[in-house]
Order: sequence, then structure tokens, then C-alpha cells
Amino acid sequence: MQDGPVPDRDPRMIQRPFEEIVAEHGPTVLRVCRAVVGPIDADDAWSETFLAAMRAYPALRPDSNIEAWLVTIAHRKALDHVRAGKRRAITVSEFPVVEDPSARVDQRVEGWEHGLWDALRALPDKQRQTVVYHHVAGLPYRDVAGIVGGTEVAARRAAADGIAAIRRMLAEGPRP
Amino acid sequence: MTDPFASLSTDDRGVLDRLHRRLADDAADAGLLDIAYRTIDTPIGSLLLAATERGLVRVGFDTEGHDHVLERLAADISPRILAAPKRLDLVARELDEYFARRRDTFDVPLDLRLSHGFRQTVLNHLRDIAYGTTASYAAIAQASGHPRAVRAVGSACATNPVPVVVPCHRVVRSDGSLGQYAGGVAVKAALLALEGARAA
Repeated sequence: MQDGPVPDRDPRMIQRPFEEIVAEHGPTVLRVCRAVVGPIDADDAWSETFLAAMRAYPALRPDSNIEAWLVTIAHRKALDHVRAGKRRAITVSEFPVVEDPSARVDQRVEGWEHGLWDALRALPDKQRQTVVYHHVAGLPYRDVAGIVGGTEVAARRAAADGIAAIRRMLAEGPRP
Repeated sequence: MTDPFASLSTDDRGVLDRLHRRLADDAADAGLLDIAYRTIDTPIGSLLLAATERGLVRVGFDTEGHDHVLERLAADISPRILAAPKRLDLVARELDEYFARRRDTFDVPLDLRLSHGFRQTVLNHLRDIAYGTTASYAAIAQASGHPRAVRAVGSACATNPVPVVVPCHRVVRSDGSLGQYAGGVAVKAALLALEGARAA
């Protein structure tokens, strides 16, 4: 049934079913989203990333690095979330704020080490992004620099500084 | 020091399943789910069911290799393909009923875009062969308006993208032997036996 080569199409231009992309890269993108926007917004960031990827997928060059492409989209979606979060924060701060101890607990998910998220959140954006894209997504620094901007050397330095800061914070344990 | 990021992958399976369902729903709502598919277990093996927004576009047998069928759909129609059972709920239920002998016709929308010209004409005539009966390739050629096109009827049946639902298994040779079948001759015989059909 429909055997043999597909006529009139360059076989290198044929995309794999998108389902395979989700199955193969879904777990990594989820870790990236958790690390960049935190456990609460991670689900939304993941969903927006894959929906945008599915929209653009037919036009993607099949020899592209799919993981780097997905992380690039996740990066943009994460920036949207950070901006929306800041807008929310500004709106909220117009009202009297009562310190709610449960708000911190809400940032945990099952099995999630909230100390790690606290540490990641404490990093400057560029350090957090370079740490996550290199150490969590496994992208080489050349690709990381392509996503966050700047040079490969700068990306490598930001990630090294970020990792050192995370290890220091985790070693010190949760702040009281 | 251990990997500081180990806890990021905790409890992923359940979360990813839920996110996958949400993606399928969001993609369908956005008009991006060009092909939805699922598999069902039947007495003739696992069947792959795939549907576009227009209707059922492909039924694939185990022996064809479900992955291979999906790759062909990606090449022939669109790579925007997700496992998304919802769009296939109706045809899955009707097939269950068919294999339980509680149904003798299918009334799901079909998308026959994978079959062209005369082949598609033939498929439309196949739907007139009643449950439990058979017709010869020659008779279908006659009904399709090209009495000499017996071989073309054979190739239309062989390339039927939606077997079982469009009953190419009911077309047999004039001498009463079964002829070819994409799912294998044993599957063709099993379907005719299920329907209690006697050779034409």
C-alpha cells in the first residue's frame, strides 16, 4: 500500500511525524521549562512551546537540530512568562501585600527540590538561561550563545558562574 | 557533588501524558492537528486508525508496520501528526461493534484523498457490496463503468487506504478464490468468515 519512494519530493525534505518529536524531546523541554520559569508556569510554557513548534514544523529544514530549535522556542515562551510575571507582580503590588507563607510552598511540585528552584531563581537571567540550556538541555555553548545572544565565550563564563553559585547555595541549604 | 538538576525529572511520565493530551486538544482547536491517530486491538491484529479534519484517511494493518504508515502519512499529507484518540472514538467504537458482529455498515466520514481518479471511483462502488456478500473484480469493473478495467479494480483494492471500513475484502476472483489482500490473505478469509460470507 503506497509503497516505494514518494514522487516529486526530495526525501531529505520529508519530516518525521510530529508525534516522534514530542516523544523524543518532550521530557527535556519539560526540564528546561521547569528550570527557567519554575514548576508552576512550566506546564504552560511546555504547551505553548510545542504548539508553536507544531505550527512551524512543516517549514523546518529536516536537517535542523530539533533540540536546539525547541529550546529556542521555549526560551522565547519563557521570556513571555517572565514578562507576564513581572506585569502580574506590578499589578499585585498596587494592593497591600500580606506575606503569605503558603505562596512559597505553592512553588513546589511532587518530588521537586524547591531549594534548586530557589537557587535558579536567585541567578541573573543570563546565568540561569546558560546553565539550563547547557547543563539541562545538553546544548553546546555555540548553540546556547545563539539562543541567549553574545559570544560562545561569554555563554561559557555565565554558565560557569551560575553553576558555582547554585552549588554554593545548595551547599548552604535553605535560608530560614 | 551529585547532579544538582536530578530532581527536575521527577514524576515526568504522568505529567507528560497530561501535557500530551492538552497539546492534542490545543492543536485540534487551533486547526493544527492535520492527522490524529490511535491504534485498536482487533481479532485480526492491531489496527492503526488515522483521520484528518475531513474524516478517516487511513486504516493500517500490523503487517504494514504502524511506524511506516505514519511516515508515509507525514510525507503524503502532513507531518503535523499526533496520537490523539478523540477524533477516532466513533470509528473505533464502530469497529469494535463490527468485530463483535453487532454492526454491518460504517457511517463515519471518510477522507479518500490518498486514492485518486478511477481508484477512488472503485472505492465508492465497493461500499455498495453488502455485508456478508462478495463481488468479483469483473463485476466491480462493470459497476464502475469500465468493464475491461479488471486489473485496475485489483490495484484500487490493493491500494485501498481504508480497508475493513471500505470493504475491499468482499471483492474476490471470478473463480471464487480470494485474491490478494493488503493485510494478507488469511486476514481477508477471517473477515469474510466473520461476516459469514460465502464465495460469490
